[in-house]
This record gives sequence, structure tokens and C-alpha cells, in this order.
Amino acid sequence: MNKTVLNRLRDVVFKYFGMACTLFGLLMLAIFIIDILIRGLGRVNWDFITGFPSYIPENSGILPAMVGTLWVLVLTAALAIPVGVAAGIYLEEYGKRNYFARLVELNIANLAGVPSIIYGLLGLEIFVRVLGMGSTLLAGACTLSLLVLPVIIVATREAIKAVPKTLREASYGLGASKWQTIWNQVLPAASGGIVTGVILALSRAVGETAPLIVVGALAFVPFVPSGPMDEFSVLPMQIFNWVSRPQEGFIINSAAAIIVLLLITFLMNGVALYLRNKWQKKVKW
Amino acid sequence: MTPEFKLEAKKVNVYYGENHVLRDINMNIEKNSVTAFIGPSGCGKSTFLRCLNRMNDYIETFRMEGDVIIDGKDIYDRNVRVEELRKKVGMVFQKPNPFPKSIYENVVYGLKIQGITRKDELDHAAEESLKRAALWDEVKHDLKKPALALSGGQQQRLCIARTLAVQPTVILMDEPASALDPISTSKVEELIHELKSNFSILIVTHNMQQAARVSDKTAFFYLGELVEFDETRTVFTNPKHERTQNYITGRFG
Repeated sequence: MNKTVLNRLRDVVFKYFGMACTLFGLLMLAIFIIDILIRGLGRVNWDFITGFPSYIPENSGILPAMVGTLWVLVLTAALAIPVGVAAGIYLEEYGKRNYFARLVELNIANLAGVPSIIYGLLGLEIFVRVLGMGSTLLAGACTLSLLVLPVIIVATREAIKAVPKTLREASYGLGASKWQTIWNQVLPAASGGIVTGVILALSRAVGETAPLIVVGALAFVPFVPSGPMDEFSVLPMQIFNWVSRPQEGFIINSAAAIIVLLLITFLMNGVALYLRNKWQKKVKW
Repeated sequence: MTPEFKLEAKKVNVYYGENHVLRDINMNIEKNSVTAFIGPSGCGKSTFLRCLNRMNDYIETFRMEGDVIIDGKDIYDRNVRVEELRKKVGMVFQKPNPFPKSIYENVVYGLKIQGITRKDELDHAAEESLKRAALWDEVKHDLKKPALALSGGQQQRLCIARTLAVQPTVILMDEPASALDPISTSKVEELIHELKSNFSILIVTHNMQQAARVSDKTAFFYLGELVEFDETRTVFTNPKHERTQNYITGRFG
């Protein structure tokens, strides 16, 4: 067999291997979603969404956990977005490129890969104990903010990096200061990338369980949290709690809660996608 | 006492890290004149141009020795605010780089960042600048249209209008017509000719005919040195140096 034929054969083999891998991934996801839908879809109704947890599976609802998830989402966003975006701007626009900067850069990338339960332990010590917040929504949101900060910082930096130099020069050339240039030109041009990164980071936060268990989110919450200093539960906690019960009814409940959680994350990803396309269309060079 | 020259460069040396890219540049520029910088790629002419409004400040390895004096003041002096300098020394870039905003917003950007918000003042400045840049008649009915919808030549004239709106006295142009078609190029050249009566214009160009057409004086750079600087006519008809002769006749570069 000569070399050309061999290379072509390799090409074909790899093509089908790659296709098989892709199909395998899609198939697993489809099986998971179909299984969840079959088990849980019948249980998703208005009473389930507006109901409170109960010891009787058929009477249980997810309202406190869902409201808790939304609270955590809003608080985490309010804490993590300003800090993360500002840090990204500093590192990209103001920070000097020296040894220290490279060290910081490397460590931020590493932080994005630290297991989330470690952040939970950090949050438990700092927010719950030292700062005395207790096992509240605020402590949970602070912990999740730490968790998603690296993702937001990296996304912000990438988005800012993609803004062409010519745009900055045009602004500087007209007598704009650095801050005016960042605020009027760089950030608007980078906003699509930043928003996308932020939403993806937040949808990760919505799905987290481990750090909130450590911080002390409750498994059984018979009330709707009304402020940042309330105790709380979140959907993943509720799901985790239900799947560990022996009764079949709770398993169905957890499937139904997973559907709601999936809907929330799909919705967020959809919004991210929409915003990215919208901004990309607006800004062309 | 008014200084004799609009702009003086004295023993300017520029380094990028270890690279010595400009060597002992001395140059005096008269008020309301057009000076062309010519020379092969990498000869330092753009770097020199960017020294004149401190655009190189953002390059971390950049280091400069010597003085650049505009209107009798050293622009690299500690007390000089670089934003103020750039209002006086405007710049037009090689590739048209309008902001992704409306035509109107592009022209008034330089004024808005100075804190000018009165609408009649901005409107007036926009109209005046667009007229001077010979773009007004083409865009007066759609000032709200995105600037990026204009043709390349129109975009470049918009960039010139934007620069004029800030009322500079010196305009630096870094190959302003190299990305344009011949018709747009001739419009930009006409414009330079008209602007000459009010501005000191320094223009980097790779186009020999362009340099000959638009400029009063021509500077030939080679390998970081200013080889020849004289009346354009002299440089093109009777250059003192053989390298200048070889370059302008196309024997190298």
C-alpha cells in the first residue's frame, strides 16, 4: 500500500471515529433528557412550582428552592459582575506585562479549575463564620461569586483583547483619556463577549450544589426567603435531597425539579447566544 | 516671542527594547506647510510620526531620547498632559477607523469627551468639520446613519472631519490614502491641499507621486536615519544623496 492510500484511509477512519464520538455524546445526553422527561414531565404543574416541600411526595413543591435559586442568581450577579469585569479591565488595560502579571494570570486560570467544594469550605470559614453572616443567602451568593469570578475575569479579558487596536488609537488620537477610551469605545465593543461570559458563569453558579451544602443551605425550607439574610435552599439542593429519599414519589419530584432547573439554564444560555449574535451583528470592522 | 518653527525635533533617538529604530533625527517644520515622509518599510518614518503626538507611549518597550518641541514647548515634558497635546496634534490613520457609531457621533466624539454637551455647539462643529473635510454634501441628510456603512474613502474623510472638529493645529497622517481607490485618493489629496492654509500637515506615504503632488517639503528616511530633508522639488529633481535618488527612481525599496 503506498503512502497516499494509507493517508486517505487514516483520514476516513478518523472521520468516522470522530463522528461516532460525537454521536455517543449526543446519544447519552438525549437518553438522559428523555429519561428525565418521561419520569418528571407529568409532575411539572402549577401546584408543584408554587408548592412547599412536604413529607408527602405528592404534596411537595419547589417554590422555596426556586425562589432561593433566583435570589442566589441575582445576588451572585450583583457581587461577581462588577468585581470580575473591573478586574478584567485592570489586568488587560492597566496592568503591566511583567513577571507578577504572568503569575496572576496563571493563577486566575488555575482558580477556574479548583473543585467547587473547596470554595464551599472557604465560604464556610470566611463568610459564615469569620464575617458572621451565618448560613444565609448572602453567604451562599458570596461563595458562588468567588467560584465564578475567574470565569468572568477571563471572559472579560478575552473580549477586551479582541477589540482592535485601531479603535483605541482613534479615541486616543482625539484626545481621549485612557478611561474615556475604555468606557466609550472598548467596553461597548467588548460587551457581547463580556455578557456571554457572565451568563455562562452564572448558569454554572445556578447548577452548583457542593459549595452550598458546605455553606449550610437547607434541604427542607418551609418558607420563601424574602431577603439576603434569610436561610435558603436552591433547586440543586432540593433535587439532591429528594433523590436520596427511598420513596418513588420523591424520585419523580426530583426529575420534575431537574426539568425546571434545566429550563432555567437553557434559558440563560439562549439569552447569552442571542446577545452575542446581536452584538456581533452591530459591531463589524 | 513666537517660535521660529511650528515643530522642532532635536536629536530624537528611539529604541524598541534593544532595537535602535531612529537615530539622531533633527527636523524643523514650518507653520501651515505640508511635509511628506518617504522611505522603505521599516525605515522609521511612521515611528517618528507617532512620536509627534506621543502615540508610541502605549508600547511598553518604547524609549525615546531627544526633544520634540511644538509651539515652543517640549511635548515630552513632565507637565504636559498627553490628552491636551493630542487635541492640538490630530492624527489620521492608515486604515479608516471610524467608531461603530453614527456619522454625527463620530464627528463630535472629540468634543463630547472634552465635556461639551450643548447641542447647537456640537451641531455647528459637526457641520463645519464635515464641510471642511468635503463630506458634508454627501452625508448631510443621513448624519444618523452608521459610519461603517460609508465607503472606504468617505470613512477616511469622516476620520479627517473628526480630527478637524477638535481644532488641532498640526495633523499627522499615516499613509492616509494607502487603503483607498484612486478617486478617493485624489479627493483626500485635494483636501490636504486645502487644509494646508490652516494646518501644519505631516504625511507618511509610500506613493512617490503623492509626495510630489501634495507636499512642500519631503523627508527621506532610511534605516532609522533622516537621509535628506529639503524642498520637495529639490528632493525629487536634484537630490543630494545617491540613496535618495535610487529610492525615488524606484531602484530599491
